[in-house]
Amino acid sequence: MLAQQLVNGLVLGATYALFALGLTLMFGVLRVINLTYGFYFSVGALVALWLARSVGLPIWAVVLLGGVAAGLVAVVVDGVLLTRLRRTKAGELPSLMVTLGAVLALYSLSAIWLGTEIQRFPFDFVDSSAFEIGDLRISLVQILIVCVTFALVGLLFVLLHYTRVGLMIRALAENEDTARLMGINVDAIVIVVSFVSGLLGGVGGVLIGLNFNAIQPFMGETMMLRGFAVIIIGGLGDIRGALIAGVLLGMFEVLTASYISSSAKEAVAFGALVLTLWFRPTGLFGRKEVKRA
Amino acid sequence: MYRSLRAAALALGIASAATVPALAQDTVTVGAVEILSGPASGYGIAIKSGLEMAMDEINAAGGVLGGKNLALIVEDSAGNKDQAVNAARKLIGRDKVPLIIGPTLSNEMFAVGPVSNGRKIVTIGTSTTAAGITAMGDYIFRTALPEADVIPVTFKTAKEKLGVKTIAMMYANDDAFAKSGFDSMKAAAEELGFEIATIETFGSKDSDFSAQLTKIKSLNVDAIAVSALVEPVAGILLQARQLGLPETVRFIGGNGSNSPRLGEIAGEAANGLLVGSPWFIAKKDELNQKFVTDFQARYNKAPDQFAAQAYDTMKIVAEAIDRAGSAESDKIREALLATDHTGVMGPFKFTEGRDPASAEGVVVLTMQGGKFEIFE
Repeated sequence: MLAQQLVNGLVLGATYALFALGLTLMFGVLRVINLTYGFYFSVGALVALWLARSVGLPIWAVVLLGGVAAGLVAVVVDGVLLTRLRRTKAGELPSLMVTLGAVLALYSLSAIWLGTEIQRFPFDFVDSSAFEIGDLRISLVQILIVCVTFALVGLLFVLLHYTRVGLMIRALAENEDTARLMGINVDAIVIVVSFVSGLLGGVGGVLIGLNFNAIQPFMGETMMLRGFAVIIIGGLGDIRGALIAGVLLGMFEVLTASYISSSAKEAVAFGALVLTLWFRPTGLFGRKEVKRA
Repeated sequence: MYRSLRAAALALGIASAATVPALAQDTVTVGAVEILSGPASGYGIAIKSGLEMAMDEINAAGGVLGGKNLALIVEDSAGNKDQAVNAARKLIGRDKVPLIIGPTLSNEMFAVGPVSNGRKIVTIGTSTTAAGITAMGDYIFRTALPEADVIPVTFKTAKEKLGVKTIAMMYANDDAFAKSGFDSMKAAAEELGFEIATIETFGSKDSDFSAQLTKIKSLNVDAIAVSALVEPVAGILLQARQLGLPETVRFIGGNGSNSPRLGEIAGEAANGLLVGSPWFIAKKDELNQKFVTDFQARYNKAPDQFAAQAYDTMKIVAEAIDRAGSAESDKIREALLATDHTGVMGPFKFTEGRDPASAEGVVVLTMQGGKFEIFE
């Protein structure tokens, strides 16, 4: 049973990490508490569902297009809601309130439009077969989630540290005014960061929707709390931290449920969050300077 | 402004009061408060259809009280407690009905019950299954079988026909409905002498149940009882199959699982699930088959549980009015307590607490290929 529980924990943790990647990027670079992030997660899954059902596209295409759609929504939302606040240097509280209002409006609009009933991908859309080693079972979708999460972490790391755009993003994360003085087109970089964050959220939505087979407009809302826990434990803006913290949180939840009590799952996981902040206010991997990417 | 409104209301009141006695000569009018608009209107419309079909059958067979026509006024509550209370006040105050059928939801009933009971107007819920409904007062009845009566039947069937001995239990611990279903399940399991291997909980918005299910898998139980709304139940079934729980391990559901949505979401993964239902369309008795055929012919769609419950309720009400000998609420109340009716749901009597007395009509269903069928 332990082996299966470790696999369960790894997959659940990868899910959390996948969700948190875009959130930590958005946080770390743009330095806004953008609560609409959970909605991009839902958009990715809903668009993918529509493409799979009505257009009949294969899995790689729906993952990609779901992500792109969510990225575009993220760019529009950021442009409409936050550009003005950013120009006037309004700080974190106004952006928190604006995005809180916006995300409630967006969720309820999509609920009116699409209904709140859970929907799922067609039954034969993904190969539901699983690898079996003794009692241990791992399905293809689970392997896909873990692989995609690790791959995206690697890609993001390369993007941020070994490309020119990455350098500009990191400069922006350091200080917006300085970045502007260095001749960086801040508005363009903000669009890039919004798009990449939305894309990551959207891809997460599609894959997690595939794994759990429960797609509805509010699915992002339930992930937001876990997402925040992961980026705070991992350190704001820290990509590797998000991965490690996500997997740790998933493992914690699964092992608590299996060996202590399923009712204590949240208590242990979020107790860990409180303890982390108690001893390391910048997160497990955060250094003194919080604004890193 | 206020004064003129009041004057207008008064004038209206007088006008309608004047028309009521004239109508009362040859008709007996009862009221109903149901959800006819909004997202939950499916329930109310089904109930209204069942009520009206029963009413027309009663009138075709000579009406009530030796030749008077039975009439029905249905008010819309839109699923809103306040609107339900206003509708009930209107039925009592303006239409002077002796009896109200409905409202549709338990929480609407909790708002309407004190009002109608205070006015001594008999109120009969046809779809309100929550605990404590009839405890609101002597005038509050219900014909809907509470979940606590349905679950023991399902469990007993699982024991007798499948030889279930050890079970695991799961429920959503953040949902009052799921918790009360779980309490009924636990009581039934203890009553039948099942060995409860483990009790696992989850959140009703969770989508990952792998930890709980892996643990349950390692305990080698005969069955898993789940109390939750249909979405998490479907998620649990899908993940159970993903984790390789064999189909010989039966899932047993509560009222939340008694929904065609379960088959739509979980598909083949739901195969073999057992659930008890107060009514099922394919029940083979003659009365039920006639009801299904007539309903289909009249409304061009298949009846559901809510239409069936409403249909029986209208017949029960008509019989009570006849036995009472007059359309007075107090007399109808007395007569209702002596109900002995056989309807599409099976034999029906009220307990002294004004709840359904027997669970004899409960059918145990099983899911096969995404559809419910009678478990045999």
